Amino acid sequence: MLMINLILILLIGGLLAMLSQRYGSHVPRMVALAVVLLDLVYLLLALSGMPELTGLQAPVPGDPQTWLMHYRAEWIPAFGISFEFALDGISLLMVLLTLVLGVVAVSSSWTDVNIKQGFFEANLLWTLAGVLGVFMALDLFLFFLFWEVMLIPMYFLIAIWGHEQRAYAAMKFFIFTQASGLLMLVSVLTLATIHQSNTGIWSFSYFDLLNTQMAAQTAYWLMLGFFVAFVVKLPGFPFHTWLPDAHTQAPTAGSVILAGVLLKTGAYGLIRFAVPLFPEASMEFAPIALWLGAAGVVYGAVLAFAQTDFKRLVAYSSVSHMGFVLLGVYAWNQLALQGAVMQMVAHGFSTAALFMIAGSLQERLHTRDMCEMGGLWHNMPRMGAVAMFFIVASLGLPGLGNFVAEFLVLLGLFQVDPWLTMIAALGLITGAAYSLLLMQRSFQGEPNISRQLNDFGTREMLTMALMMVALIGLGLYPQPVLDMAQPVLNGLLQFSATVVGGQL
Amino acid sequence: MNLSQMQALMPLLILSLTAVVLMIQASIKRDQATAWVITAIGLVLTIWGAIYARDFSQTVTILLTVDSWGLFFSSLMALAALVTLLLSRESFADEGQRKEEYYLLLVLSLLGALVLIQSSHMVSLLLGMELMGVALYVMIAFPEKGELPVEAAIKYLVLSACASVILLYGFALLYAATGELSYAGLGAKAGAAYAQNPLLILAGTGMVISGIGFKLSLVPFHMWTPDVYQGAPTPVTGYLATVSKGAVFVALTRMYLDGQLYQYPSLINALVVIAIASMLIGNLLALQQNNIKRLLAYSSIAHLGYLLVVLIALTGKGLASDAVTYYLTAYVLTSLAAFAVIARVSGEDATQCQISAYEGLFWRDKVQAICLTVALLSLAGIPLTAGFIGKFYVITVGVQSSLWALLAAVVVGSAIAIYYYLRIIFAMSKVPADAVEHQAYPGRVLALFLTLLVFALGSWPEPFINYATGL
Repeated sequence: MLMINLILILLIGGLLAMLSQRYGSHVPRMVALAVVLLDLVYLLLALSGMPELTGLQAPVPGDPQTWLMHYRAEWIPAFGISFEFALDGISLLMVLLTLVLGVVAVSSSWTDVNIKQGFFEANLLWTLAGVLGVFMALDLFLFFLFWEVMLIPMYFLIAIWGHEQRAYAAMKFFIFTQASGLLMLVSVLTLATIHQSNTGIWSFSYFDLLNTQMAAQTAYWLMLGFFVAFVVKLPGFPFHTWLPDAHTQAPTAGSVILAGVLLKTGAYGLIRFAVPLFPEASMEFAPIALWLGAAGVVYGAVLAFAQTDFKRLVAYSSVSHMGFVLLGVYAWNQLALQGAVMQMVAHGFSTAALFMIAGSLQERLHTRDMCEMGGLWHNMPRMGAVAMFFIVASLGLPGLGNFVAEFLVLLGLFQVDPWLTMIAALGLITGAAYSLLLMQRSFQGEPNISRQLNDFGTREMLTMALMMVALIGLGLYPQPVLDMAQPVLNGLLQFSATVVGGQL
Repeated sequence: MNLSQMQALMPLLILSLTAVVLMIQASIKRDQATAWVITAIGLVLTIWGAIYARDFSQTVTILLTVDSWGLFFSSLMALAALVTLLLSRESFADEGQRKEEYYLLLVLSLLGALVLIQSSHMVSLLLGMELMGVALYVMIAFPEKGELPVEAAIKYLVLSACASVILLYGFALLYAATGELSYAGLGAKAGAAYAQNPLLILAGTGMVISGIGFKLSLVPFHMWTPDVYQGAPTPVTGYLATVSKGAVFVALTRMYLDGQLYQYPSLINALVVIAIASMLIGNLLALQQNNIKRLLAYSSIAHLGYLLVVLIALTGKGLASDAVTYYLTAYVLTSLAAFAVIARVSGEDATQCQISAYEGLFWRDKVQAICLTVALLSLAGIPLTAGFIGKFYVITVGVQSSLWALLAAVVVGSAIAIYYYLRIIFAMSKVPADAVEHQAYPGRVLALFLTLLVFALGSWPEPFINYATGL
């Protein structure tokens, strides 16, 4: 029930936030903050009473009893569809990340939403609810439902409160995700149909569909359906073109949620569904996926280097960073997978912070063009220092979370393909180049703007401090996160090894 | 004809009686309100009659088959007619014209639709189709003002007559080949006749499919659709989209199954081409539309294409026949919800049908905007709406029968479709520059009721799935 409650709190909270607007335009954001905090506290309290967290029992992918939590209730028995939720270390990490970034998102939109505040906060909370559903649903029908439904509030966030080209960006975002989602739907239904013809029973449960016997070629096509849907969301090269538009045009809170959380649903889907459901096909496909990942790392970095729009640059850097996740997943060994999970968390924080800075700049300067910035450190020293921190975090400075993540991925990848590792490592160098360029053009150099600008206030500094602590923690003592993911990853690796008989 | 057969025909009898009462009432004292009430009572009784007749399911003469499947659709179509009636009340109210005939035509047209649904013979098929169609021509041209309705009615009349002739010729050819006009007889004898003279059977079924394809507005017989949708009064457009198309599709399904048309590969191939063309062309042309009624016309072409995928997979009772039931029900309810909103927001003013007229509807009338959004999302097949479960059925049936080319067209078509549905939703969510004046459109309860049905059917489909399987 805990998992359903987490989602319900956000759904009902969204409704309350919308209704609360009649008591003043500042009320909805307080309601939203309270709801997300309530959700977070509720989860933490429930977890503190759980001895299994410290245990190192590896959850067996096919056996829900070994997972941290499992809940199942009938929904459409005619097709074996149920409300099936389950939680293991990785989903728990993602849920925590979602809720923490939810707090950040509410805080980041504290002042810059001028119209329909109630509906704004409602959409924000509903998007979070959809994302939580994606991370916890283990019935493939239910998973698809959350996967699609979370698009609608996100669409409204971009379409109503976005910047100049919001119609184009929102539409592109929706169509990319929806079209690729349809391919996944066909794959899901085909998989369930094959399972039904093998066993005579309809089921969409992850635990039943693992180990479904089918022809190798069929498995390959089905795997591609899942892969495309997840890689569009990730986003991986060459399906990344929606991302710069959506991120640039979304309001700050939307960008934070998009970059921090929504992209991770793609990575999560790869680890949870695409590879375990089709281990052999994934093994066959891994070299191509690895090349796509490496191409994304380099291509994203090169494009980021060419941008003059602050948000667009950060958006392209996401393409580059998520390339590492793709590499980590398809290297499919302990080190690389740990790196991928770590990257999901660390990138969530660093990019969310950068988008929040971009949003603050836009609010103050009414532009995102870096040519019109420069020397902002003089005007706003606190914001400059904070920006410096997150920019070096994003370029992978040792001691911060992103470094640990990318290092682990490269280490794991080296065991699989040393040459590709060399190419991917180029991403670190180019990353340094575009990140420092971002810093130089906006905050350093000759001051361009003479008027008085408000520096970060207490609310902003508190939000930023939260993410700084998280990144430093991840960088200096990553063990807790690694411990949480380790048993799950071990289980997955053992599972795929028994099916395929070795490495991917 | 014995008593139990009369009982089986209860819905048809009630409707005929309603028509007679309406005529008598008009001859005594012409009064719109009374006529409206009589029609409403007649339609409600028809729904009851369809439920009552279920216990008497049987073949009534060679012409009609009364079974629970047909009766379910009879009650659904009567419900659609009831919605049309409710919408029509305000639509012509301010024009001060006499419109008792309109109610009479509505009842007659529905009578034709119910005959069509229960037909098991080509004669009753043609009879039902013509009764429905002829009444519909007049309903389309009913508003006295404006040229568009008349243009639409004439277009529909001329083309529809051509289609009927082709259909009739097809029947003649099939009769020449087999000596049978009933579906079952055709199914029994067509196989042997095909072996003897394949050309006659192929030409005959081809013509029948063309004639029916016209009524269903399948590509390449779709040309009339946008003009008629646009020109007809909005409640009539909704009626055309739901009752007319739904009843014809039910009749087609019955003929396809009982006539065992699935055993002719060349016919299947033709259907595959028509389905793919309908899905792609319907969706592509919808992209260009700025008028919401024209847009829905093209979207209906695509939806009939999706339905055809299920028909192609149909070989008997099973998942595919459940899929027809579910998809058609979902489509009828969703279209009704959409037209219920459009009839109120656009009214009969042609300029108000532009998508730009819907800008900022969210902030003007939340209820209507939410209803239209849910209906559009259901048409687009987004989860939690009836349309999604419909799409779920279409894809599952396609996968089971390995219809990969058709599935590819479904995916591509749906991906295109998202764009034009989102355009309307985007327009509705646009925040107007100046202060918003709230503008409550009438008829919220009806729109809300239909929207809730669409939502319930999509988020808790189990009861209806079981019900459909039991039909």
